[in-house]
Amino acid sequence: MNLNVNSVDSLVAEIQGLSGSSQDVNHLNNLLKQSEDVIRSQAASFASCLTQLEPSIHSLGYLYVLEACTAGPIPEAQANELVLSVVRFIDVCSVEQIRLVPDKFISICKRLHEQVMKLGAPMRAVAPLLTAIRKIQPSPEHLTPLHPDFLQVCLLAKCYKIGYSILEDDVYEVDQPRDFFLYCYYGGMICIGQKRFAKALELFHNVVTAPMSSMNAIAVEAYKKYILVSLIHLRQFSATFPKYTSSVAQRNLKNFSQPYIELANSYSTGNISELEAFVQANQEKFENGNNLGLVKQVVSSMYKRNIQRLTQTYLTLSLQDIANTAQISTAKEAEMHVLEMIEDGEIYATINQKDGMVRFLEDPEEYKTCEMIEHIDSSISRIMKLSKKLTTMDESMACDPLYISKVGRERQRFDFDDFDGVPQKFNL
Amino acid sequence: MDTEEEASGQMTDEIYTNGGDDESLSQQQQRRPIISGEQLDIEAYAALYTGRTKISRLIFIADKCGNVSMQLEALRMAYDEIKKGENTQLFREVVQKIDGRLGPNYGADSGWMDAVDRRADQRKEKLENELNAYRTNLIKESIRMGYNDFGDFYYAHGALGDAFKNYVRTRDYCTTAKHIIHMCLNAILVSIEMGQFAHVTSYVSKAEQNKNDLDPITIAKLQCAAGLAHLEAKKYKHAARKFLETAPELGNNYSEVIAAQDVATYGGLCALASFDRAELKAKVIDNINFRNFLELVPEVRELIHDFYSSHYASCLDYLGNLKANLLLDIHLHDHVEMLYTQIRNKALIQYTHPFVSVDLNMMANAFKTTVAGLQKELEALITDNQIQARIDSHNKILYARHADQRKATFQRVLQTGVEFDRDVRAMLLRANLIKHDFNLKASRKI
Repeated sequence: MNLNVNSVDSLVAEIQGLSGSSQDVNHLNNLLKQSEDVIRSQAASFASCLTQLEPSIHSLGYLYVLEACTAGPIPEAQANELVLSVVRFIDVCSVEQIRLVPDKFISICKRLHEQVMKLGAPMRAVAPLLTAIRKIQPSPEHLTPLHPDFLQVCLLAKCYKIGYSILEDDVYEVDQPRDFFLYCYYGGMICIGQKRFAKALELFHNVVTAPMSSMNAIAVEAYKKYILVSLIHLRQFSATFPKYTSSVAQRNLKNFSQPYIELANSYSTGNISELEAFVQANQEKFENGNNLGLVKQVVSSMYKRNIQRLTQTYLTLSLQDIANTAQISTAKEAEMHVLEMIEDGEIYATINQKDGMVRFLEDPEEYKTCEMIEHIDSSISRIMKLSKKLTTMDESMACDPLYISKVGRERQRFDFDDFDGVPQKFNL
Repeated sequence: MDTEEEASGQMTDEIYTNGGDDESLSQQQQRRPIISGEQLDIEAYAALYTGRTKISRLIFIADKCGNVSMQLEALRMAYDEIKKGENTQLFREVVQKIDGRLGPNYGADSGWMDAVDRRADQRKEKLENELNAYRTNLIKESIRMGYNDFGDFYYAHGALGDAFKNYVRTRDYCTTAKHIIHMCLNAILVSIEMGQFAHVTSYVSKAEQNKNDLDPITIAKLQCAAGLAHLEAKKYKHAARKFLETAPELGNNYSEVIAAQDVATYGGLCALASFDRAELKAKVIDNINFRNFLELVPEVRELIHDFYSSHYASCLDYLGNLKANLLLDIHLHDHVEMLYTQIRNKALIQYTHPFVSVDLNMMANAFKTTVAGLQKELEALITDNQIQARIDSHNKILYARHADQRKATFQRVLQTGVEFDRDVRAMLLRANLIKHDFNLKASRKI
């Protein structure tokens, strides 16, 4: 049976008729797929049928037509209207139906992203894209191509909090490495905005150590930010890569981020004036990389680092001595820094303003409270879940025919070709 | 703390003012000539050594002492010593350094130089002829002797590189273990003079391979040489072990390299800087062999005992007194500062170890320093995690810090959990990315 798509009316009738049971919808999908070219070639005439369809019920048909309509270049005058209709569709469409053709759904979302960027109103896409991600995701562990777009509009609209909500899900299933790189990069920046430095570090770390066969700009930028966040959060930076880092990254990343490596070196000396002079001298480079704000945070974290070191050595210390040792100009300023750190829970101390003494205390946590036990309990169960996942993955990999064939080939090579001088690794 | 020995603290200031008028001190000086709190007695010092090292040590002192009369004294003795030998190159150097300041008797004696050079040329010719004759006759032993004579000749004339080459060349003609040992000792001697301590180590181990043919004196010599090599490489612990193992048979037998007094000083200081208390007791204080050496340098013996019995003030006093002279030692001068800091840190750590709280004022007293200075030193040691304590700078008290095991365990467990969590997630992700790449390649292939 062939779908009669010669007229708008017959198409509408078919869609309306076949949007009921899941069997019908599958059938409709097949029909629409066959006539995709026709719809696309006459997109303009089919556009009118959108008004006759109910997006919440006839989602599949609506999606086909909408995708065809938005495929071509869109005049500026219609942009606003298009954004509105896509947003409305995303809001109400049926999850089951759109999952039949994820490509089309993603493509209209990408068009939406494109248009709001052109209109300079990223805020308008924040909520719809979040809904879209939730609808198209088979599970929260899947990374969709919409993730990076969503995080980008969040960043531009400064909606860090809503962007962060999606970062709380752990992502494991990745289709496109590029999506993953961008997801981690934008995600890391959102975490910086939310001052969740540990999470930001983790995301940047994922980019830097991701398997890659050639250098890419995302990794370079992520590495720069990784250095800076590491200095701010951990107050140190280790320039050695973990051994699982790809060799391309190990060889090249440092060359591309020279001033940042030097900044880290200067930081490790603990000398504030030297660090400030270095930042001053390289201000332009940092500004061009849009990292000047972070660099300034690095400088201020240096004071905190120096104060924190004192807590290891001293029980009591006068504010003046703190100022002297941490290279802070006045005792008053030192007091401000100490106060800030106490408030942030970074150090435990009391300030005696009468004689200007600071008394450093031990961590008051006794690991006896109910909350702590609960926290430990939840950590244990989380890690158990993770271990289980690891085992499953290991098992599935051990059963993967592709993997076995590769490993089998390698083992054979070991056994029989020990005397063969020519490496056969390359004739795969 | 014992404070009766504090009085000797000012002695450091008087190192350059000659304290010879004090009778008891000058008596002591005769008994132990090299190292004492007083100005170095160059004549007694030089008498401990023979050969080339005597000259180099004298020149070294002249370069470093910064005291004109002492410098001239050292140069005068070096001049006399060189005149006994045949090293015209060194002679010119010394004459230039003297620069006519010692009167006409110590000028550039060109007649002597010419005579020596002429004799050297003749001797060289003779040796060459001899060696060629031996080589045509292929008599192994004679060739070895020929090369050896060449080595001796070059060594006497100051061409150390050539001497080393010729000594090493004898190796192919060595027929007995004794010959090999002889070759090694020569190579070691020249290497030490050249400052090539890497060679020293390798030739010492080569010589030690012939265990059965080594007499006690040679063993002692080899141990000293190995100790020197370790000292140069800043491996103080190894150096200390070697010097401590040196047998008393050494006596004055190795005066072309090292004096027995040096063994005591080097060994003692390296041991103090690198050994812990138990090791110090077992290997230094209870070591009968080494005691013989220590008797030669009572200051070092005293300071080791003071250190062990926690009389740090007097120990540091002794060290302070010795410092100026140790800086004039050709082998030790580079390491004095480092050894001293290590010894001082050790003392600080040992001092604080048994106490729950220490009054900084008292401690500063014991270490002859100010409270502020002490605080800085302690701060560095605490940051390095060498002392587990915290400073109450308000009341100037140091409190030992006893780690709360339970708390630390909880902290570590949670930390490990977080790290494990993060690492496993990152690993799963990477695995998936690799798998994706895999799939992509596979599908392309199909």
